Amino acid sequence: MSEILVHVTVNGEVREWRAQPGDLLLDVLRREGYWGVKRGCETGECGACAVLLDGEPVNSCLMFAAQADGRELLTIEGVAEGEKLHPLQEAFLDHGAVQCGYCTPAMVLCAKALLERSPQPTEAEVREALSGVLCRCTGYKKPVEAILAAGEAAAKPRGKAARSGRAAR
Amino acid sequence: MSDRSVIGRRVRKVDGVKLVTGKAAFTDDIELPGLLIGKILGSPHAHARIRRIDTRRAKALPGVHAVLTYQDVPRVPHTTAGQAWPEPSPYDTYLLDSKVRFVGDRVAAVAAETRAIAEEALRRIDVDYEVLPAVLDMEHAMDPGVAVIHDEPDSTHILDPKRNLAGDIHKELGGVEEGFKHSDLILEREYRTPRQQHAMLEPHIVICWLDADDRLIIRSSTQIPFHVRRQVAMILQIPVSRIRVIKPRIGGGFGGKQEMVIEDICAALALATRRPVKLEYTRHEEFFMARTRHPQILRLKMGVKKDGTMVAHHMKVLAATGAYGSHCTTVQGNTGSKVLPLYRAPNLKFDCDVVYLNVPQAGAFRGYGCPQGFFAQESLVDEVAHELGMDPIEFRLKNAIRQGDVDLLSAELGEGKKGLPRNIRSCGLPECLAKGAAAIGWKEKRAAPRGTGRLRRGVGVACSMQGSGIAGVDFAGAFLKINEDGSFNLHVGATDLGTGSDTVLAQIAAETLGVSLDKILIYSSDTDFTPFDVGAYASSTTIISGGAVKKAAEKMHDQICCFAAKLLEAAPEDLTCKDNRICAPNGKSVTMSEVAMFALYKEKTQLMEGASHFNTDSPPPFCATFAEVEVDTETGQVRVQHLVTAVDLGVAINPMQAEGQAEGAVAQGLGYTLAEELVLDEQGRVANANYCDYKIFGAKDMPKLTTILVETEEPLGPYGAKSIAEVPINGVAPAVANAVFHATGIRFRKLPIRPDAVLAALRAQEGK
Repeated sequence: MSEILVHVTVNGEVREWRAQPGDLLLDVLRREGYWGVKRGCETGECGACAVLLDGEPVNSCLMFAAQADGRELLTIEGVAEGEKLHPLQEAFLDHGAVQCGYCTPAMVLCAKALLERSPQPTEAEVREALSGVLCRCTGYKKPVEAILAAGEAAAKPRGKAARSGRAAR
Repeated sequence: MSDRSVIGRRVRKVDGVKLVTGKAAFTDDIELPGLLIGKILGSPHAHARIRRIDTRRAKALPGVHAVLTYQDVPRVPHTTAGQAWPEPSPYDTYLLDSKVRFVGDRVAAVAAETRAIAEEALRRIDVDYEVLPAVLDMEHAMDPGVAVIHDEPDSTHILDPKRNLAGDIHKELGGVEEGFKHSDLILEREYRTPRQQHAMLEPHIVICWLDADDRLIIRSSTQIPFHVRRQVAMILQIPVSRIRVIKPRIGGGFGGKQEMVIEDICAALALATRRPVKLEYTRHEEFFMARTRHPQILRLKMGVKKDGTMVAHHMKVLAATGAYGSHCTTVQGNTGSKVLPLYRAPNLKFDCDVVYLNVPQAGAFRGYGCPQGFFAQESLVDEVAHELGMDPIEFRLKNAIRQGDVDLLSAELGEGKKGLPRNIRSCGLPECLAKGAAAIGWKEKRAAPRGTGRLRRGVGVACSMQGSGIAGVDFAGAFLKINEDGSFNLHVGATDLGTGSDTVLAQIAAETLGVSLDKILIYSSDTDFTPFDVGAYASSTTIISGGAVKKAAEKMHDQICCFAAKLLEAAPEDLTCKDNRICAPNGKSVTMSEVAMFALYKEKTQLMEGASHFNTDSPPPFCATFAEVEVDTETGQVRVQHLVTAVDLGVAINPMQAEGQAEGAVAQGLGYTLAEELVLDEQGRVANANYCDYKIFGAKDMPKLTTILVETEEPLGPYGAKSIAEVPINGVAPAVANAVFHATGIRFRKLPIRPDAVLAALRAQEGK
């Protein structure tokens, strides 16, 4: 099979990948060093490999890398700004929403997509947004609380938002 | 407790930032030049002998570097159970064998340039099987004339291989038959529990390579790095000194990684190819080539007086360990030793047989025999209370074990041998019941009519306990050294599998040394650079590894005071360490950094301390679980509306993490209760080996959770801590089943309680 060139924007940077037509997006992302994209099932059931494609969550195990051509990808590596964590990441830490951390990147990305759509979501909306990501550690309670808190903090005036930790540093 | 600055605080996980930013932290997150991919050929038959195996076509495939069969590797009987040596599990397993004992059992292993080549190589291995009759039904595994699963002559410590009997336990305290004679009410019931799978998000994965000194490096997602080192050395017949096991961050374990599942075969491939080899289960393989919870059939008989005094309790268990006996008698021993003593009946009896079957192997799983036992016991206790016309909480409180009691049954049922009596030095169970009842609204909801419409509501309760480490067996080491800036390297063999133990252990060190948490640099689970630790299991890490950290930190604290005393011109015993400073009574103080600089550059001394710790008792955490359910009489669906967990964990070192442990345990417990079961077909194949057909709870499936930490002061634990990780899973199934009874008047004695069973029972009830 002949190699193809895939032009994508990953975390704001333009990339050119050489890939086989059958290469999965998951495998190419990990090969390119985006280790935060996790392999959990390779059948689209667990969501650990989720990334944002033009702002919407997709399972990277269900896509060919070639299908990302000309599109914009966000992985967990692109969520923080340098050393400054995203408010969602701060909230996950402050609320104990991370246990083993294997599903955390996918949860944070799905939550980010949600908050961009719906800045102050209801609990039902948060649970819907997380419904594609399986977690075996947390029982989802603390992740849901973290996402709700991040939404609320963003809505409050700047000074008050600082209360829930370093979110508004 | 208010004088504590780090213990009892809801601090962030020390490894949290790297996890939340997706940094390379897990086993697979490295790049190794020349990495080969390993794959295992699994048996298509449940029971067969390999007559002939031909690997020539596979070896001829370009890109294939090794193909191993039983003819190529040492034959060393062993157990894959990650237990302290000498392991109480039978030595009935081989790296590769000429016989296969379940669908998916190892036939051969390959290492190749790519996954595609490795998979093609598997297809090119020609195997001629002599298919043998398969033993799939645990109730007939010991019947005369049934095929013998372990007929090999060299396995050891199997109780009766000819009868497929891996092990048994028969213990009695007092005399139950005599007790039943003096009982006013006797109930006898049978319960059944399913094969549950750990289904942790990161499948089993290991990467092995030889370093520049020709030492075997095993980078593995494991709960037991030190046991893995010892086991691989024995199986491959190489010295322990030639092996280094490293455990990076791991994506969940829950007991499924308290087992040497694939490290041996990956190491064999690395040695054969002299190249780095990665072996990773697919999700599909994970469901039948890893481990499960032991399914059990439990028969319970309980005798009580009219006033609700429990007189005698006899529990008979039949359990299946699958094709190999990993953890077989210890898991089942727990079903007796950690369940029966919850109530103070003077006459207790435990009988148990564990049989082999030609099905996937069982092993350790959060709760370790207790979820099975408590489902049965707490269901029966509810039934007895109902018959007596007593409130289920009142009946439990009347009979429950309490502070000052000595549980002698656990002395009879030790870790595969005679154990130690359990002294109850702390017990918050009454408070757990009171607070849990208030949170669920017990009084009002028990009194409310269950309804006659489509939806019926009910509430139920269950009590449970666990241990904190294995008494007299589990032990851990810890090591500390100081750096110039007053920070400390803390090295522990303890294994954080996502539970947050690195954080808890760092908190214990920081508190003891009087420094802030950021001054503790914890490094864990590397057999070359950290002291020994049995690993993460039996709810042991906080109490046992934490005990070692506290001892090491106390010794370090004393050394620091000795050196600081010289700077402060005061007596060492008068000094206190607090807020990264050492203070004298006269108000003078020095910083931790100043002491470190003084010791290193003036006194030419590296302040460093190590310590070991073990306990001769295993203080139980206690738990009261309350469930409120809604049963849909048209669909048979049971929906849990609210689940309350009130748990006595001793002192909570990190309440936020402790709550997280309880909530995760509850989620797994709900799956066990309502959905999860590995289904086997008539050939012994797993029919639902994927996350679609094997349902684990998602974010939308979860009910409202309330977690109440009931703190007691445990004398044996560091800063009064006991344990939390396992106990909250135990009460979920019986609390839900009891709530379903309250809602419908129907007892469900078989898990999982699925809509089809509920619907059938409701129809039968209508027909009456």
